[in-house]
Amino acid sequence: MAGYRDLLQQVKSEIDEVDAPRANALQGSALFVDVREQDEWDEGHIPGAVHIPRGYLESRIENAAPDRAQQVVVYCAGGSRSAFAAKTLEELGYGNVVSLAGGYTDWKRSGLPTQLPQSLGPEQRARYSRHLLIPEVGIEGQMKLLQSRVLLIGAGGLGSPASLYLAAAGVGTLGIVDDDRVDASNLQRQIAHSTETLGDWKVDSAKRTLEALNPDVNVVTYKERLTSENIERILGDGWDVILDGADNFPTRYLVNDASVWHDVPVVHGSIYRFEGQVTVFKPGDGPCYRCLFPTPPPPELAPSCAEGGVLGVLPGIVGSLQASETIKLLLGIGDSLVGRLLLFDALETEFSEVRLKKDPACPVCGEHPTITEYVDYVEFCSGRPTHA
Amino acid sequence: MTTVRIPPTLRAEVGGERQVPAEGETVRELLDDLTARFPGLRTQLVEDDDIAPFVNVYVEGEDVRTLDGIETPVRKGATVILLPAMAGGA
Repeated sequence: MAGYRDLLQQVKSEIDEVDAPRANALQGSALFVDVREQDEWDEGHIPGAVHIPRGYLESRIENAAPDRAQQVVVYCAGGSRSAFAAKTLEELGYGNVVSLAGGYTDWKRSGLPTQLPQSLGPEQRARYSRHLLIPEVGIEGQMKLLQSRVLLIGAGGLGSPASLYLAAAGVGTLGIVDDDRVDASNLQRQIAHSTETLGDWKVDSAKRTLEALNPDVNVVTYKERLTSENIERILGDGWDVILDGADNFPTRYLVNDASVWHDVPVVHGSIYRFEGQVTVFKPGDGPCYRCLFPTPPPPELAPSCAEGGVLGVLPGIVGSLQASETIKLLLGIGDSLVGRLLLFDALETEFSEVRLKKDPACPVCGEHPTITEYVDYVEFCSGRPTHA
Repeated sequence: MTTVRIPPTLRAEVGGERQVPAEGETVRELLDDLTARFPGLRTQLVEDDDIAPFVNVYVEGEDVRTLDGIETPVRKGATVILLPAMAGGA
């Protein structure tokens, strides 16, 4: 019976091998397949290579190389595993396969270019392990989250839980717009802040909390009130999703108009006493805030939480729903709340839902928009609106 | 009889009730019945003989503005939700 050495020698005699410089000349035309294990790949690989651990080669190669005439350079650390892999590929019908003699070790020793993988490091693998186990997220989804950018309007009741969960989930960049300082009356619900940060700017307090929770997250702070004057600059930084946790109507309408014009989805949440509303406004794919509420209520009919109060845990529930919708949008999974307004009543512990439709006559996202630039939102919401 | 859900901002007008029964075969008749019994609701729900523009009315989960507006029929036992915008987030 042949031992390993005999078998290897026999296989090597049946396949074609190339050395590192010759393999390098095939860069650009051939598909490089790395058959090493995950931890080896994590320490670097040949640029442009696809990673298919040897054990998965048969089941995954067809996805990576549907065309069996495609030239394939297969490599491992030293050239042995790749020799067996090349043999397997030939048996699978691939007609133009070579194994890299000396493997990645020789490649590196020859001074040829290497690349650190677009993948998760061991710490990230541990941190996000419960995400990696979900097929809808997995490594690819987690990488997507790490490269995503979410802008939070407000670091208060809704922004606190939402930003904490987005940071924990590894959303790579979180922008926060807020011009307020942490006040004692905030701490009953605004869990991104603490007794220790009383008096600090909320954006700074939140940044500290979020970066302590997850150092993978870059928190960009905007210590300013969102206005018609600064919104273009802030949105110009580029965001995948806006999470609206504002506490007033002028900002809600401003965010809406800007999001329609910039084509950025808004995950909307609002709260009062025991009740919350959540929905997703996705430009081009459903109604906008003005389709839902063309006119703000007169101020006397729309008391804020500062005036009417709010159950401390309510923003925790609504803000978490917003975080969940945001992550779904970023990953492109599931059914979002586009076209549905979710109503939550904490006192009755009841969720209900109403359907929202795009208004063809909407002044911002309708067929013949009449509002095409920023208006005076404070005046618009004062009960004495000027007509656009 | 129809059950009308009253939003938190309007509950003071109906003695703090979360929902109240009302009679009527259309949204208009329901609102007339409600505002006859709770006159404080009128200015908050009705404007120029129509549903006030800052209030949404849903019959069985559908916005009546996408149906027949204030003339939308309401079958017995239907759930009607009155919903003004809420801005609170902090």
